[in-house]
Amino acid sequence: MALVAQAVFKESVRDRVPYSMVAFAVLIIAASYLISQLTAGQDMKILKDLGLAAIAAFGLLIAVFIGINLVSKEVERRSVFAVLAKPLSRPQFILGKYFGLVLTLVVNLSVMTLAFYAVLLYVDFTTDPLLKTAWPAPALDPRLVVAVILIVAELMLVTAIALFFSTFASPLLSALLTLGVWVAGHFNADLRNFETVLDVRPVALLARAVYYALPNLAPFNVRAEVVHGVAVPVSHTALTLAYAAVYISILLFGAIAVFRRRDFK
Amino acid sequence: MAAIETEDLSKDFLVGFWRPRPYRALDRLTLSVAEGEVFGFLGPNGAGKSTTLKLLMQLLYPTSGTAHILGRPAGDASVKQRIGFLPENPYFYDHLTAEELLSYFARLFGLRGADVARRVSSVLDDVGIASERRLRLRQYSKGMIQRVGLAQALLNEPDVVFLDEPMSGLDPLGRRHVRQIMLRLRDRGCTVFFSSHILSDAEALCSRVAILAQGRLVASGHLSEILAFELRGWELVVANLSDALRAAIAPRVRGITALARGRFTIELPPEESPDRFLHELGSRGAQVVSLNPLRETLEDYFVQSVGAVESRQTGL
Ligand SMILES: Nc1ncnc2c1ncn2[C@@H]1O[C@H](COP(=O)(O)OP(=O)(O)OP(=O)(O)O)[C@@H](O)[C@H]1O
Ligand SMILES: [Mg+2]
Repeated sequence: MALVAQAVFKESVRDRVPYSMVAFAVLIIAASYLISQLTAGQDMKILKDLGLAAIAAFGLLIAVFIGINLVSKEVERRSVFAVLAKPLSRPQFILGKYFGLVLTLVVNLSVMTLAFYAVLLYVDFTTDPLLKTAWPAPALDPRLVVAVILIVAELMLVTAIALFFSTFASPLLSALLTLGVWVAGHFNADLRNFETVLDVRPVALLARAVYYALPNLAPFNVRAEVVHGVAVPVSHTALTLAYAAVYISILLFGAIAVFRRRDFK
Repeated sequence: MAAIETEDLSKDFLVGFWRPRPYRALDRLTLSVAEGEVFGFLGPNGAGKSTTLKLLMQLLYPTSGTAHILGRPAGDASVKQRIGFLPENPYFYDHLTAEELLSYFARLFGLRGADVARRVSSVLDDVGIASERRLRLRQYSKGMIQRVGLAQALLNEPDVVFLDEPMSGLDPLGRRHVRQIMLRLRDRGCTVFFSSHILSDAEALCSRVAILAQGRLVASGHLSEILAFELRGWELVVANLSDALRAAIAPRVRGITALARGRFTIELPPEESPDRFLHELGSRGAQVVSLNPLRETLEDYFVQSVGAVESRQTGL
């Protein structure tokens, strides 16, 4: 399993796509510095907001596009034939793929976060101490790390979703489904109170069912709080991480169950 | 113990989007391959060869029937440790080099440390991939990929290898090379099971063959035993055939066709001994250019057997 993960990591490191995404994200983080210069006083908030948003967005792209390639492309191009003929069980294969991608994600996100911190550090150095008093939180706020950790957790969940879909759907379809679930997951709360929008009982019930089945991704986004220097309770972080762990386990379990029974044509 | 054994192995694919109906790709295949045999699995396109191999690798689950390899059910972890598999039109990861890919596979087989590098370079030498081994696979040609595919099937010094069209995409030199590799495997005691639709591949290698058409086994045994491949005569090309000699042999041969001045193709009936005939021609000044046995080709045989096997059954 660890071997599969290693191979995934190696293959994705060679692939230029994540590089360009990380490079692009770093570029945006750097650009956010310029933008923040134009708006005196607000600059630190805008800088942090843009930086975190860039990390989250490009992380998502990496998770979805490499995530779906992991299994469905391998099945479609039939590279899976030779691998599964080796002494490796199908569950080991799936788990190896998953952890390989998580490793890729963590490395990519670390690079982006370091770039982000470098920009913050630079701004911190070059800003007049007087202006700094207007900032809601210090530049190198450790709470930013909490935001990044939750982003990583969310992306791990998204990866598990992508992996699950890619065990039975084509690459394109899994990408669309994953993005769909991601969008729905962020606007999930609206489904819960759907009856206030359309008061038809079966529809409302369906909406409620969908609400419970879909992952709730809103709690993973604490960017606004962190940027404004509002404390994120430890219990919120812990609960959200636990939620992610449970959801990921269920998805991996499902992915394995589907993959095990599959015919490879 | 048989190296490979299938019993009533069948596979249906569901075809049709709106009203899926089962389509029988393999119909009750019962086959047994002894250890140490080179076994040719022949059949025209769409006969079900790849389907059978995938069933043996448990990439597909059978609709009914069983498959055993080395006495254990196909797909068993201990079986996978002892077999090699070359898929049809293999494809691997674009961004890895041949060396990296094979190291990965070697470690999946449980090799560690220096053994990995040693084994990898030895199989790459075997299949004739030299300095290209450090290139990424996306820069490889089709034939080179085919060789890498063969190399990965040999990594674990398998007891049984399954090769799905091992010759496809190879140049004549490559084909001969693969043939030699297969014979070396046999000499080592390895069972070789390979699919092909080219009879000459099988003739040069196999102890036994099975012929599949439309998902059914239509013949199996030694090539010479299969009735359809009985000798049908000899074809002889000779030069410097004098008119007198030509007239003398005319009643004993099936036909004489002029190719060029003094050069003729002579067709002999199977009961005529070519040795005696050659001697006779040689002693009277003619030169023998070539001698070939005439057999029904696999292609002819396929064409006939398609008529013989009634239309494939759909539905259960
Ligand atoms: N996924 C599938 N869905 C439906 N039918 C399939 C599928 N895969 C194969 N078949 C059918 O099963 C039959 C056997 O296919 P198979 O690939 O085993 O043939 P083959 O003997 O390997 O042929 P070739 O020499 O072309 O490789 C074919 O008629 C094919 O149409
Ligand atoms: Mg085939």
